[in-house]
Amino acid sequence: MTISLAQFLIVAAILFTLGVAGVILNRRNIIVVLMSVELILLSVNLNLVAFSAFLGDLTGQVFALFILTVAAAEAAIGLAILVAYYRNRGSIAVDDINMMKG
Amino acid sequence: MNIATGFFYLFSAMMIGAAFMVISARNPVHSVLFLILAFFNAAGLFVLLGAEFLAMILVVVYVGAVAVLFLFVVMMLDVDFAELKQGFLQYLPVGGLIGLVVLVEIAFVVGAWTIGPVAIANVTTPMPPGMTNTMALGRVLYTQYVYLFEAAGLILFTAMIGAIVLTLRHKAGVKRQNVAIQNARTPAEAVEVRKVASRQGV
Repeated sequence: MTISLAQFLIVAAILFTLGVAGVILNRRNIIVVLMSVELILLSVNLNLVAFSAFLGDLTGQVFALFILTVAAAEAAIGLAILVAYYRNRGSIAVDDINMMKG
Repeated sequence: MNIATGFFYLFSAMMIGAAFMVISARNPVHSVLFLILAFFNAAGLFVLLGAEFLAMILVVVYVGAVAVLFLFVVMMLDVDFAELKQGFLQYLPVGGLIGLVVLVEIAFVVGAWTIGPVAIANVTTPMPPGMTNTMALGRVLYTQYVYLFEAAGLILFTAMIGAIVLTLRHKAGVKRQNVAIQNARTPAEAVEVRKVASRQGV
């Protein structure tokens, strides 16, 4: 393989940065925030699989599989909470989520 | 430049471009579609790395389930997304600054770091030669990591129950089957025997 490990790490780093920036930039739109979290998890998966391939160790791919599982569960629960919240309040604006504020 | 390198640059550039469009698109539906494009290109990168099983799982689970879930929710909620987009320019300086700081930090880490020889010597689960990626992963997953695998199943089960509990609601005025009441019925209260006189009816 002519592609080096560092190249994969740089791509994953750029993807991670875009995800972090997306969380901050779209702070008011919680759906895009959830999508940015998915991007961050994807970049972590890319790192794990790249290390797994270059070290010849399968553990990285097993962990990437578990991260995939947890990310799917997180997305399902997050969107379910979002739908329940929208039913109660009629909006998904993050600024309105202060019902539990003391 | 051989063909693998060319595909690496193609997939990487498309993935990063799609990720940029995810966070900057005006319409969340477009964001979801660009997220799907990013996942497809990440699957291509996984194939380049020799992790075919994870690439297929990424397409099936992420594109087939998670992204479609996002799409459903975006289309189901009747929200004025233009209003939610208001703060984008307001947060652009701080968001760009934090993104830049994170990128520079990661660049420092990647630049100054090498794999130690001990790490290469202490490979816990080496890839067996002459075996497909899926087969090797399955052999490891169901033996060495079987408890973690069960735990992953438990997490998915919890998530499924949680999502159902959160979104299920009982409407008033809908007739429902009550099995306990049905089972409690006896012939004595359900059947009435009458003597019907001829030509008179009940």
